[in-house]
Amino acid sequence: MTDPALIWSYLARGPLLWLTVTLLAYWAGDAAARDAGRHPLVNPVLVAVILLAAVLGATGTPYATYFEGAQFVHFMLGPATVALALPLYMNLGRVRRAALPMLAGLLAGSLTAVVSALAIARALGVEGAVLASLAPKSATAPVAIGISERLGGQPTLTAVLVLLTGIIGAVAATPLLNALGIRDWRARGFATGVAAHGIGTARAFQVHETAGAFAGIGMGLNAVLTALIAPAILRLFL
Amino acid sequence: MIPALVTLLGFQLGGEVVSRALGLPLPGPVLGMVALVAGFALWPRLAEVVRPVAQGLLGHLSLLFVPAGVGVVAHLPLLAAEGPAIAVALVVSTVLAIAVGALAFAGVARLTGDDEGPRRD
Repeated sequence: MTDPALIWSYLARGPLLWLTVTLLAYWAGDAAARDAGRHPLVNPVLVAVILLAAVLGATGTPYATYFEGAQFVHFMLGPATVALALPLYMNLGRVRRAALPMLAGLLAGSLTAVVSALAIARALGVEGAVLASLAPKSATAPVAIGISERLGGQPTLTAVLVLLTGIIGAVAATPLLNALGIRDWRARGFATGVAAHGIGTARAFQVHETAGAFAGIGMGLNAVLTALIAPAILRLFL
Repeated sequence: MIPALVTLLGFQLGGEVVSRALGLPLPGPVLGMVALVAGFALWPRLAEVVRPVAQGLLGHLSLLFVPAGVGVVAHLPLLAAEGPAIAVALVVSTVLAIAVGALAFAGVARLTGDDEGPRRD
């Protein structure tokens, strides 16, 4: 029989193990979210990330090794972004009718996200590359990473800040919007997509299909707007 | 399933090529999404081709963020040092952005008589 340590050293280097573990961790996170009645605090991404971080820590696996396997899942972000065309197309009539509210929600939400994040971080002593990494955090991950690179930030740090923003948005959106008394599913979804990109959109789809469709639109539009405004706003805080 | 995958990947590929060739600030997948909406409008049958795979992908959108999220382990030292400031900035700005964005949307919707309350949904 082969030494288990040899089997481990083979598996730990290849993509099979970490791809399987990623799916398992998400499965566990999704099951936990379902058992909690889709309570926003039990976010499947958050549960999966905590589980995987614990496994990597316990096995001494570097993130780069893990990503070799997990990149197949990561890659699907691109096609999934393209697939958002479907809910957008199905809701095209409502999107056209809601052009003005969407423009207002987009400008207000996007500017608030970038300016308030930079102002607060700056006031608390955050500077330089970390500030640049923070600026695009409400945009969807692939866009935010590109913006961060151009601004002199750290792309992998931006990826983490984007994820945290998405989780915060997904957790906060439902109780926050209920407290504000906003019952228009379009407004709820759109603002969540603008502020909390794909994770907010995923959350919005769980809550209501119209909210999900408008969240996808908000995410797409904010990807564009953040790329345009983040450089100028960051300059004010450096 | 194959025609759907070819469509999604093809529009992403086209988006990447155009975005890089023209030096646009828009990433390829976002451009591909915009182009695919136009594609659906031109050939409505295409929407039926893409639908099952698109719905499958969007139904598990959360899963796709997990690998990048685990990247948090690579930044633990920095997050330990600047964590509290970053955490306050992230929480406050995200909550503010959702609130301001939703209020602006709902406010303008009411002003333009385009109020769509829960009755329709």
